Amino acid sequence: MSDPLLWHRLQFAFTIIYHYLFPQLTMGLALLIVVLKIVGLRTGRAKWDDAARFWIRIFGINFAMGVVTGIPMEFQFGTNWARFSEIAGGVIGQTLAMEGMFAFFLESAFLGLLVFGERRLGRRGHFLAAAALFLGSWLSGYFIVTTNAFMQYPVGHEVGPGGHLHLVDFWAFVLSPWALAQYAHTMMASVVTASFVMAAVGAYYALQGLHGGQARLFLRIGVAAGLLSSVLVAFPTGDLQAKLVAEHQPVTLAAMEGRFESGGMAEINVIGQPNVRERRLDNPIRIPGMLSWLAYGQFHRNVRGLNEFPEDVWPDNIELLYYAFHVMAGLGTLFILLMATAAVFDWRGRLGRSRLLLWILMLAFPFPYIANTAGWMTTELGRQPWLVYGILRTADGASPTVHAGTALFTLIGFSGLYFVLGLLFLHLIGREIAHGPTALNPNEGTAALAHGAEVPRD
Amino acid sequence: MIELWFAIAALMLATYVVLDGFDFGAGALHLFVAKSDQERRQVLAAIGPFWDGNEVWLLATGGVLFVAFPKVLAAGLSGFYFAIFLVLWTLILRGIAIEFRSHIEQPLWRAAWDVVFGVASALLPVLFGAALGNLLRGLPMNQEGWFSLPLFTDFTASGEVGILDWYTVLVGVFALLAIVGHGGTYLAWKTDGTVHARSRTAATWCYATVAVLWPIVTAATAAVNATLYEALSSRPLAWLALAAALGGIVSVVLGLRGHRPLQAFLGSSAFLGGLLGATAALVFPVMLRATSGDDLSLTAYNSAVPPASLRIALGWWVIAAPLAVVYFVVLFRIHRGKAIAPRQGEGY
Repeated sequence: MSDPLLWHRLQFAFTIIYHYLFPQLTMGLALLIVVLKIVGLRTGRAKWDDAARFWIRIFGINFAMGVVTGIPMEFQFGTNWARFSEIAGGVIGQTLAMEGMFAFFLESAFLGLLVFGERRLGRRGHFLAAAALFLGSWLSGYFIVTTNAFMQYPVGHEVGPGGHLHLVDFWAFVLSPWALAQYAHTMMASVVTASFVMAAVGAYYALQGLHGGQARLFLRIGVAAGLLSSVLVAFPTGDLQAKLVAEHQPVTLAAMEGRFESGGMAEINVIGQPNVRERRLDNPIRIPGMLSWLAYGQFHRNVRGLNEFPEDVWPDNIELLYYAFHVMAGLGTLFILLMATAAVFDWRGRLGRSRLLLWILMLAFPFPYIANTAGWMTTELGRQPWLVYGILRTADGASPTVHAGTALFTLIGFSGLYFVLGLLFLHLIGREIAHGPTALNPNEGTAALAHGAEVPRD
Repeated sequence: MIELWFAIAALMLATYVVLDGFDFGAGALHLFVAKSDQERRQVLAAIGPFWDGNEVWLLATGGVLFVAFPKVLAAGLSGFYFAIFLVLWTLILRGIAIEFRSHIEQPLWRAAWDVVFGVASALLPVLFGAALGNLLRGLPMNQEGWFSLPLFTDFTASGEVGILDWYTVLVGVFALLAIVGHGGTYLAWKTDGTVHARSRTAATWCYATVAVLWPIVTAATAAVNATLYEALSSRPLAWLALAAALGGIVSVVLGLRGHRPLQAFLGSSAFLGGLLGATAALVFPVMLRATSGDDLSLTAYNSAVPPASLRIALGWWVIAAPLAVVYFVVLFRIHRGKAIAPRQGEGY
């Protein structure tokens, strides 16, 4: 209780998990909105613009939540992880500052135009605003993932006097292979979330018999994008990521799979409970050779177990890491199966008539959120006990002057505030979905333009 | 190179204060200058397209401090722990208030968010002002360059100090009045009708008080930090900045009296920017001043990362900064003219 480290870690974990519930939707949705706007531009049919307008409203509320919950993240590096900031600021400060200067300015300048500027900008202009926001939010994701990738696999730096890290090779840092693989994996996973949400809203309308054309549109786009992105999350991006972990963090890989002994023909454990005290996996169901193959591309290759590493470099919460990884990988597999089934039904023109499948699609939307959260936990727990892998231990990165009670107090503060915001957020999203997609009233549109033209200029 | 990064950080901070300052000020004023829902939406329409981008300057300034002077960021944020979280929670509530208010047309819902928005907008300048006061007064830094301050102790500005004492509260109040005045000139520029008239009156009163308080705050600063003004004779930039601040306040008075609200707003911006610029020029190279001994202060020189890292950062900064300026020019051009409250269901 008196160790502040625990509360610093819990606070950061809580605030970032909560924060990431919003960007994972907005980043994926930004892409889908661009797709809707492109089709709308090319076909000239209003239903695509109507669909885009509906999703832009959902996007707006989520984006606001993402912005306000994102502000504390940057500050917590300093408030709670002051030693880490002091030591690594010369490197990770670069990407965090670039995120502000390149991505946030772009996003904030075009968000208002996307949400409120459709009449003012016209079709082409509104599409450009959507494209700018897509670019900004995906750029933002890249800078954050690059920051994290450095903590996982430090490159491009130099260790100076006092252990401070300095950037010497900019391109090695921003084009780190770890960053590229993790970025592709993360962004595809965010498209999965957005696709599932879109399909779920479509399924809800279809089951209720509401907004017939829009329901079909949401379902088709959701299922098509969902299938494509679910497959891409697993292969090649997830596979690439796993190979990097195997190469650079072998102890993490062993902990993720609950593997205590080394050996060839290493197995994937579909189910099982890691028993750290006895150093074994209880009740496993195994697929022999799969882990060797996934990690190294050969079934017989040796995969090292935890016993080969000193205990002080083992991740400090092997159980949670193991479960988080298995939840992520398990759900990812189910996503492919579900979306493939839905795609087959759609292809045969039977998606709208299978109430069971619609029910499943409607209720499936929380699971990408769970998988994304589990994936993030896998990444961060797997990196332990390091803040910067092999260079700075988590225990050495916390603020020296902040007491345990102080950190606990602010954790409680965030919990209360975020709980209330969460309720209000759900209420608003519920209202938007109940309201549904609507057409732009043409009379109102011209009236607004005429009104806008009369605005006195200063 | 280090001097350049100090200047960049100071410039970005001043930009932040001038930009987010007008939406803080407008937010703090809106409970008083806008009474009906229609009037309040007029205020929100005036700042709605900008406030999010304005706030990004805070994050970008934090990012610049992080990359160039990481020790300053680390010591400052962890030392002011409680105050920082107060700022963060207030920023969260304020941002949510602006966004959520528009989505439900219900008097009670809107009134509640209006109060949150107004109170948060007023609290933030006080907190930021008090933070500036702390930097000027000095901090009890230890040998490793860390400190930790309680929220307040006995309100004296020497000995066992807290974040709030008579001096930092004075600076906080001064900041509040200046920011509210700034927001008043902005609203006078961007609105018409009753909101315009009330904002103009409010800005006049705020700036009258600011003009009275300015010498008092200056004297108080000399009392808590005797060394600060010694540098004045050798810092031409500080003179220049002070002249800008003085010119700014004259321009505010002339602009408000002569019904040229844009001139008043620009003058107000020059006043805020000039004051901050003068402060930066006077404290340089000290960033976190130690009361426990001059050699314990964190300066630009002892907390900067090596030149190679600074050069790398400059490489992308010179691309990013003009882009940011272009976005803002485009944004202000698109939303030029008086703000009009949108019809129901169209936001804000």
